[in-house]
Amino acid sequence: MKNSLILGAMTVAGLAAGVATAGTLEDVQARGKLNCGVTTGLVGFAAPDANGEWQGFDVAVCRAVAAAVLGDASAVEFVPTTGKTRFTALASGEIDMLARNTTWTFSRDVDLKFEFTGVNYYDGQGFMVPADLGVTSAKELDGATVCIQTGTTTELNLADFFRTNNISYEPVPIETNSEAQPLYLEGACDVYTTDASGLAATRAAFENPGDHVVLPEIISKEPLGPLVRHGDNEWGDIVRWTLNALITAEELGVTSANMSDMMAGTNNPEINRLLGTEGTLGAMLGLDADWAAKALAVSGNYGEIFETNIGENTPIGLSRGLNAQWKNGGLIYSPPFR
Amino acid sequence: MSIAQDEPGAQFRLSMLLNDTRYRGYTFQAVALLALIAFMAYLGVNLVQNLAAAGLNISYQFLGEPAGYDINQRLVEYTSQSTHWRAAVVGVLNTLLVAFVGCFLATVIGVFVGILRLSKNWLIRQLTSVYVEIFRNVPVLIWILIVMQIFIVVLPQPRDFKGANASASMWFDAFAFTGRGFYTPKPIWMDGSWVVVAVFLASILGVFAFRQYAKTRLYRDGVMLERFWTSLGILFVPCLVVYFIMGQPIGLDYPALKGFNFKGGVYMRNSFIALTFALSIYTAAFIAENVRAGILAVSKGQTEAAASLGLRPNRIMNLVILPQALRVIIPPLISQYLNLTKNSSLAIAVGYMDLTGTLGGITLNQTGRAIETVLLLMLFYLTISLSISFIMNIYNNAVKLKER
Repeated sequence: MKNSLILGAMTVAGLAAGVATAGTLEDVQARGKLNCGVTTGLVGFAAPDANGEWQGFDVAVCRAVAAAVLGDASAVEFVPTTGKTRFTALASGEIDMLARNTTWTFSRDVDLKFEFTGVNYYDGQGFMVPADLGVTSAKELDGATVCIQTGTTTELNLADFFRTNNISYEPVPIETNSEAQPLYLEGACDVYTTDASGLAATRAAFENPGDHVVLPEIISKEPLGPLVRHGDNEWGDIVRWTLNALITAEELGVTSANMSDMMAGTNNPEINRLLGTEGTLGAMLGLDADWAAKALAVSGNYGEIFETNIGENTPIGLSRGLNAQWKNGGLIYSPPFR
Repeated sequence: MSIAQDEPGAQFRLSMLLNDTRYRGYTFQAVALLALIAFMAYLGVNLVQNLAAAGLNISYQFLGEPAGYDINQRLVEYTSQSTHWRAAVVGVLNTLLVAFVGCFLATVIGVFVGILRLSKNWLIRQLTSVYVEIFRNVPVLIWILIVMQIFIVVLPQPRDFKGANASASMWFDAFAFTGRGFYTPKPIWMDGSWVVVAVFLASILGVFAFRQYAKTRLYRDGVMLERFWTSLGILFVPCLVVYFIMGQPIGLDYPALKGFNFKGGVYMRNSFIALTFALSIYTAAFIAENVRAGILAVSKGQTEAAASLGLRPNRIMNLVILPQALRVIIPPLISQYLNLTKNSSLAIAVGYMDLTGTLGGITLNQTGRAIETVLLLMLFYLTISLSISFIMNIYNNAVKLKER
């Protein structure tokens, strides 16, 4: 009995043992592949397409990092993780980074010892109900059965929301988004709750998206972003500045279409520094001078990635809202490339 | 025997540890033990070092902090402001509930099917063997998911009960079978209800006493008393009489559709029913085989001897075969109970909040204390399993062959 206890603990520790070894950058370069944790499938954010290729908003971040580090956007091993397994996977070193619409919270940053490298989507928790239920506000949900993805910030927000409004509910915990869908569609839950972007993505995958409404209440702040392990600041910098490069490129008007022209040199020094034709920013990161250009070449700048994966012209149909550039009244803002 | 070889006054020398067969065995065992301890110590030190290197410190402080999440099925008081420890207790009770109900159902179904597999009727024999083979050879997780899916799709949802031309209706206005679970009336205990309960408990004792009396009469006088109807009468008549004398102190709280869900009554969640049912029918297939093996282990001569005494087939089964078969059935039955209990940790597949769902699921996730919670989880399951073994072994000792 004691033996099995220790052996069990050993297994856990064995997983954790790979953490504080050599730099993640060297590991990735030696392996020739980036291990990137994504969702098990959320259309628009990370899901395999008809050809089995992973596509989506979060996937684009993984590919950009792979391109910046390895020069090859396809050198990514996508590791599907659930809300429950994602942090163990990252802490154990199974994945090099996690891009899985994960909310940046104090305890995850400090207590779980992760490093959030920025925010690629500002989100908030919402509710989706069938339209024929006639519900117009989340405060009318007294006594409702609510499906939630377990292991996420949403179940804590939900408990707080119903408690502060002094109404009751029946939680039904679900492991993944794909398991929640049939429960909701068959009517085993009245309400499905997750981040508003996730609701839009889920609804887009329904047969009749028009039969379901997303309630106006947003009950929480959910800044979603990629994260890495604590303690490897060089690797954290690479992921952080790759994301910033995508954002800055949109701000400066660098797109996948005009990038090759701009590579020849422009009269805007920040664009030159970003694309590596001026200065030594790439070398400071330990990467090639054109690292950001390679990242941008994959699927364009932040705005382009947004529009192709989750923008208004896609089935998911999310407007930029808070995720517009700061110049357009949004929160997307990158520190300067200098 | 070793004493006989001892020469009087023979001195113990160190070399005898290797050369003397009397001590050599102990030497090797001691060396092996030391090696094992050293190996375990190495693993332990390695564990502690790696944990420290990863910046993880083992601490159970989180158990005292507010959990922050809600649990749907609570057998004890729990709110989102209760501690993580309390959430774990809720999970333990939910696990025990599934384990208890599941083991009971599995035993009933298993014994029934096991006996039917030996039926002389060809059709029944084939049907039960199809049941056993199908359920034994498909993983239990699949069965849990299938049962849940059928449950949700086939049964009407509460919204189907609404409106003037509702597509579903309640049974006798008291029972509602919905895709979200079953609703049944709940007894309301009013003043004086304890008298009725006390009478009922006394009646149960009365039934046992009557059965004992009937047995004595049978053995002493050879008179077979009518037992079934009399037992039923003893069980219910006094209760009903007292119930009306006391002025009907026990009322019923009927479930009724209010808002999104039925309110009132007893609510058995779909996740609980699906999980318990799937685990029961799966484990019952194994138990059926144990029962069949146990019955076949009783020699045919016993059946023939009982028949030649003029016993009817069902009496042969109850009085001669099963008591002897139990000796063979009980030991594997214990391990089936343990299997069922451990398999209940698949509960999260249908959203049932058992111990793995609360402590090993949400608590683990929200606090990030993986090692601590997993160790605690192992400890809980170990305790539960060993307790079941202990209780069942007591029963096994009671039925096993008494050697004199």
